[in-house]
Amino acid sequence: MAKLVKGETGDWEIVIGMEIHAQITAESKLFSGAPTKFGAAPNSQVSLVDAAMPGMLPVLNEKCVEQAIRTGLGINSKINTYSVFARKNYFYPDLPQGYQISQFEDPIVGEGEIEIDLPDGSVKVIGITRLHLEQDAGKSVHDQHPNKTYVDLNRSGCALMEIVSEPDIRSPEEAIAYLSKIRMIVRYLETCDGNMDEGSMRADVNISMRRPNAELGIRAEIKNVNSLKAVGQAIEYEAIRQVEILESGGEVVQETRLWDPVKLETRSMRSKEEAHDYRYFPDPDLLPLKFSQDWVDEIKASLPELPDQKKHRFMEDFGLSHYDASVLIAERSRADYYEEVAKGHDPKLAANWVINELLGILKKNEKTLEQSPISAEKLGGLIALISDDTISGKIAKDVFADMFKNGKDALDIVEEKGLKQVTDSGAIEALIDEVIASNPDNVAKYKSGKDKLFGFFVGQVMKKSQGKANPAAVNKLLKEKLG
Amino acid sequence: MTKLTDLTIEQALNGLNNKDFTAVELTQVHIDAMGVHKGLNAYITDTPELALEQASASDVRRASGDARPLDGIPLAIKDLFCTNGVQTTAASRILDGFIPQYESTVTQKLFDDGIVMLGKANLDEFAMGSANTTSYYGNVINPWKRDGDDAELTPGGSSGGSAAAVAARIAMGATGTDTGGSIRQPAAFCGISGIKPTYGRCSRWGTIAFASSLDQAGTLARSVKDNALLLQSISGYDAKDSTSANKAVPDFAAALTGDIKGKVIGIPKEYRMDGMPDEIEKLWQQGIEWLEAAGATTIEVSLPHTKYALPTYYVIAPAEASSNLARYDGVKFGYRADEGDLTNMYEITRAQGFGEEVKRRIMIGTYALSSGYYDAYYIKAQKVRRLISQDFIAAFEKCDVLLTPTAPSAAFAIGENEDDPIKMYLNDVFTVPASLAGLPAMSVPAGLDAGGLPLGLQVIGRAWDEETVLKVSGVIENLSGFKGL
Repeated sequence: MAKLVKGETGDWEIVIGMEIHAQITAESKLFSGAPTKFGAAPNSQVSLVDAAMPGMLPVLNEKCVEQAIRTGLGINSKINTYSVFARKNYFYPDLPQGYQISQFEDPIVGEGEIEIDLPDGSVKVIGITRLHLEQDAGKSVHDQHPNKTYVDLNRSGCALMEIVSEPDIRSPEEAIAYLSKIRMIVRYLETCDGNMDEGSMRADVNISMRRPNAELGIRAEIKNVNSLKAVGQAIEYEAIRQVEILESGGEVVQETRLWDPVKLETRSMRSKEEAHDYRYFPDPDLLPLKFSQDWVDEIKASLPELPDQKKHRFMEDFGLSHYDASVLIAERSRADYYEEVAKGHDPKLAANWVINELLGILKKNEKTLEQSPISAEKLGGLIALISDDTISGKIAKDVFADMFKNGKDALDIVEEKGLKQVTDSGAIEALIDEVIASNPDNVAKYKSGKDKLFGFFVGQVMKKSQGKANPAAVNKLLKEKLG
Repeated sequence: MTKLTDLTIEQALNGLNNKDFTAVELTQVHIDAMGVHKGLNAYITDTPELALEQASASDVRRASGDARPLDGIPLAIKDLFCTNGVQTTAASRILDGFIPQYESTVTQKLFDDGIVMLGKANLDEFAMGSANTTSYYGNVINPWKRDGDDAELTPGGSSGGSAAAVAARIAMGATGTDTGGSIRQPAAFCGISGIKPTYGRCSRWGTIAFASSLDQAGTLARSVKDNALLLQSISGYDAKDSTSANKAVPDFAAALTGDIKGKVIGIPKEYRMDGMPDEIEKLWQQGIEWLEAAGATTIEVSLPHTKYALPTYYVIAPAEASSNLARYDGVKFGYRADEGDLTNMYEITRAQGFGEEVKRRIMIGTYALSSGYYDAYYIKAQKVRRLISQDFIAAFEKCDVLLTPTAPSAAFAIGENEDDPIKMYLNDVFTVPASLAGLPAMSVPAGLDAGGLPLGLQVIGRAWDEETVLKVSGVIENLSGFKGL
């Protein structure tokens, strides 16, 4: 999927590395007991520590450490049983301490790799450089007063995981797939809710351009890329901007740029010369973080099945295509729903019904799977009726539509409406006889070689049965009767 | 009868128990004395109403048989400890008017044990200084004077207000903090004793940070026993401070048996410095003889990295301070210069809010942590710090405590040593190594110099062995027969 940008002087390859900030799902903040609820009134979730009052000290929240380890295991990365918190020093009004407690030289999670699924059905491995724990900053609010800025510290001190990738990503599609995969994994693990629109997952994208397989070029870091769509747009824009610079003989400036989702452009925030010297050093208020391998093993044993494992199992055990398996595992609840539907039923048929019918009708009605009027068990019941020839696939779609409206069992609907498929050959033969008797002209034409009229007879028989006749039986008996 | 202000804490507790006087009376005489000694400028904030309120509550408790270990004892609290509802400044303009809505763990423990707070003691700004001349609220004056000389002397620093208050009898004891000698050197200059316990013995929660890996709360008082009583109160694990140690706290006063027979006292040869005044050398020798007379043996030990201690300290402490003081930015609390844009506001606030010494150390620390210099300064200093710690560990294989002078001189006149920061920094040459190693160390007054000014000896112990430090200091106190003011 590597996408080459065609310049006037030849092809350019996009090289992308990503830093994803994922807010850890936890009751309280990384170093204080303050709650972390989203959307609370400004400055209502702030402890003395979060406000950096004089003399306040951080105390590490063990739950956040556990969540980071879970995530590290989920992205197949090395867990470091010794890591160090460091201070990243810079001044900003929404950073009350004047430094962010982060990890620098010794992160809690080291190297690893994940598989990403690309739109063409192929799979690519992306290297993970590290994952480290850090505090989030507060929020500067600029729109409440004509010339004042307000600060909301609710988010100050919330735990973040920064997940850094290797520069292995080569196209906007790969970047989107990578971000989607990370989001899927943290959602499976319940370590981050992955909600980009609430800011609980944010991405910085590092982009450089080079001639295919040449040395890495100078990169720009794009910040404020806060949706999957924006990731694609920002990379497209930035790639072209950099190629234009390079082809006109210029040099890309190493700098931080901001994505503007309204104007659809990146613009310079600060250059390397203006870059902060963060003066990282180990935080003397915190001891190095040490834990046992036993604890890591315990956490590992408690991990749920991860998306890739599930995908492979669905393909192997249920004979699903890569595409179907990928769609079903995209959300953990969806995969669980599917497995419930497939329990004791034809798994491929179950996959078709979940993907093509259920997800379709939910989308049309703007409902989530959790809001579906049709439970997995009930959809299983419908599939059972198809499999044992109680109803045809065509009737099943009508029954499904009824089920979606009233939430009833498939079998009840079939019985109430008398939709049971007729498979009794005597009854079908009687219908065929009636059709033959009332269409002597067409019978004659058919017998004289107009084979295409066979479909007409099938249709007539089905119509007479109100769709309930088993189509296979109708075909077979019609052939016999028409000779 | 002895004046109430002349009592030790131990004597005062007896007097209170015997109903010789009430806590209110004891507190009132101290408040009166504070008025008389206003000129020492030992306090930044006096809290007489609060003190009397606490004293009468104490009297009620004692009357109903619920007296706590330090009930009714009036103390000075260094203005680096945040006190709920009482202005806490760190002697800096940048915190002028700041009233915490929380109580530091150390002061909370003291209040829980029944003490009365007379006020918030003056100090060097953010505890940075060795003469108490960097306070935004003015210099503290040492109650001691040179014989026949009326020049105002420094009480030492940074706990200069605490030391001066205790020496002048306007507090029975005081809290201090010690980062590189800030309890021990002023104790020596003011002729009282003071102990810095092992790093991690007392919680740092609610104490305004200077250099987090070195800051440690401690006590100043007019006797070793009083220090033991106060230290007992403020020690102990605190889940709110990740660097406080979850260790049992021994009975410190019980350690003062006076029996040091068989103890081995190490005399570090590197502490014999060129140009050290003879009388300090002599006092040190005197200390050795006292301890030997009491049944201890002394041996010479080597702490080979001692000469690197001061430069190491003056990289690490400013580095941590440069980061710890970043929160004083005019945004959330304290002083703000409301001028211009954000960058201007930051720059002018900090330029006006901090004094010269604090700014100097912030700049040194910022430089030491800067990219390109970090390895050469901060990392190197951390390595040397480890070597200094190992020196002590090796020495303590051969001895139980170390005996050294506390400071290289007696109290000097205010204004002296101000021309060159290095001269001022040299005051901490004997105290800084134990700080870097996190060891317990105590200064005990042992004699007077030719000008009649007090000199102190320092006892340094193994980590967590405050008991032996107190015990040996107690012996020196007894044998020296030192008379305070």
